[in-house]
Amino acid sequence: MIYINGLNIETKTTSRMDAQLTEFGKVFLFLLVGVVFVAAGFITSSLIRPHRPYDEKLSTYECGEEPKGTAWVQFNIRFYVIALIFIIFDVELLFLFPWATVFKKIGPVALIEAVVFISILAIGLAYAWAKGDLNWVVPQPNRPKLPEKKFDKPAKKKVAEPAEPAPTA
Amino acid sequence: MPNDYLLSLPILAAAGWSVLLIILEAMLSRAALTRVFAMLGFALVGGLSVIGFPLQGLAFSEMLRIGGFQHFANIIFCLSGLLVVALSEKYLDDENVHYGEYYIVAFISVVGMMLLAAAANMAILFIGLEMMSIALYVLAGLMRRDVRSNEAAMKYFLLGAFASGLLLYGISLIYGATGELALHKIAIAIQTGSASMLFWIGFGLLITGFLFKISAVPFHQWTPDVYDGSPTPAAAFMSTGAKAAAFSALIVVVTNFSTLLQNSPTWSLVISSIALATMVVGNIAALAQENLKRMLAYSSVAHAGYMLVGIAAATPDGYSGIMFYTLVYTLMNIGAFGVVALLESKENLLLASDYAGLFKHRPMLAGAMAVFMLSLAGVPPLGGFIGKYKVFAAAVDAKLTWLALAGVLASAVSAYYYLRVVYFMFMRDPVGEAISAPATSSLAFALIAVAVVLLGVFPTEILRITDAALKFAQLPTQTGF
Repeated sequence: MIYINGLNIETKTTSRMDAQLTEFGKVFLFLLVGVVFVAAGFITSSLIRPHRPYDEKLSTYECGEEPKGTAWVQFNIRFYVIALIFIIFDVELLFLFPWATVFKKIGPVALIEAVVFISILAIGLAYAWAKGDLNWVVPQPNRPKLPEKKFDKPAKKKVAEPAEPAPTA
Repeated sequence: MPNDYLLSLPILAAAGWSVLLIILEAMLSRAALTRVFAMLGFALVGGLSVIGFPLQGLAFSEMLRIGGFQHFANIIFCLSGLLVVALSEKYLDDENVHYGEYYIVAFISVVGMMLLAAAANMAILFIGLEMMSIALYVLAGLMRRDVRSNEAAMKYFLLGAFASGLLLYGISLIYGATGELALHKIAIAIQTGSASMLFWIGFGLLITGFLFKISAVPFHQWTPDVYDGSPTPAAAFMSTGAKAAAFSALIVVVTNFSTLLQNSPTWSLVISSIALATMVVGNIAALAQENLKRMLAYSSVAHAGYMLVGIAAATPDGYSGIMFYTLVYTLMNIGAFGVVALLESKENLLLASDYAGLFKHRPMLAGAMAVFMLSLAGVPPLGGFIGKYKVFAAAVDAKLTWLALAGVLASAVSAYYYLRVVYFMFMRDPVGEAISAPATSSLAFALIAVAVVLLGVFPTEILRITDAALKFAQLPTQTGF
């Protein structure tokens, strides 16, 4: 009797501990199972796989393409400007999605506001264009000659013709 | 809806004008013309703020809060922008960096300041802060071929980005604690419930972000290097406009949570000790500076400390004192930086001893500089004295007599390094040949000096305006006119 009673008590306590498992405890269990699962997979495969190393396995592209030189090369700084201009329109798209969802609710004002928003961004692009940042051909170093007197137009900043052949970027 | 546009007309006009400046620069590429248009724009926006002064209310789905306080702040920002743009032409010409973009970026920075002061929602607060700061990073690095300007821009950018991160993290924690982004709704949520630990951590991070922008003491290390390396007019802009903007935002945040903060002894203690440390460190470090730009940088740290005394007092008197202080400080500091910029040019007249005998050659310029220095030191008949008096009096009323006493002592110490410049200008004989400067700029400085004197002699009108301006900032939910 006493023995059975003791057993009963024992099972009761374990079941109560199960019930006390918190949400974080579940996450921990999940984490534990994940680690064990991956580790077990690696260990098993290292035990049963064949071991035959050779040079081709260490090349960058196993399809056979030979890489030339190092990946640390200088690339044209103007890619950076292009990336910046790209970001303008990337972000514009991001803002237009939420705008589209409330467009019906707000009505014509929303259309006007979006047009204003896009035209401000378009002015940004036009500015970069007018300042010659979109010219792929190398411009002369942009050192403006200062005007002699006020409101005097400074010497031409941008050079239309290429001063030297464009480098392949 | 039309009310919204009418209320936020100065901000909308400023944003529109900055686009106009960009078009103008893209089409004509004439820096001098862009400069004139930027000045016109500042005058226009300031004028709109003056006309719209009595308008108040919340605009655009309670995103913006417009009232007398915001209009007053707008006028300070526009004044700062106008003076800086007016004084920078010769300096930029001498340094060979006279691009029209300088004026556009300065204008965009002012738009950010206006948004920052008018924020009723923490999203707008962050957008305004970033708009202002990113423009300032560009201004700091304007002299692309100068290593020290590059260093200044890099330091300012890295530390500023870090501070912005802290501020944003604070905003997200406050949102997590209360579920609201609008400042007045957060205040209500806290009054009905209670401020949790999460809220206090978020609030602390938010305030830390502002303390960085105003260069209060544990976060002041960037100030001397950045001011030293940046173009001098840009440094003048950072130390006045940007500081005024950060203080207005700080006042807006603090007034929204005033009931909570008044019952918190920790808050009062923390802000008082930061103010004390800022005054002491700023003034003592400034004592050791030979370079005038670094001296002015540390002096701007010290002045942030004086203004923080008003925040520590946490009374309407204190806030109105800060508003008056920022106005006077804008005038006298741009004046001082402007004189430094004028004499700096290529010959590197940067040390206090280089100013020896300035009075003999250019009496008007030396006189104006003396007024700025005395006003920064807080000598009675000038504007700087009234600003300090208002702030310290508010502290005494709030039973922070020890803090006011420390402030008075610190400002007595500051008299040494300000008067040293005056001593060199008036008492020493000139060394080397005469310092050349155009006569028109002497006249401009004389006008600023007269304004500083007038603010000191007749402060009552402005003080009445600042008192009235603060009324609306304290009423959290009132809308309409």
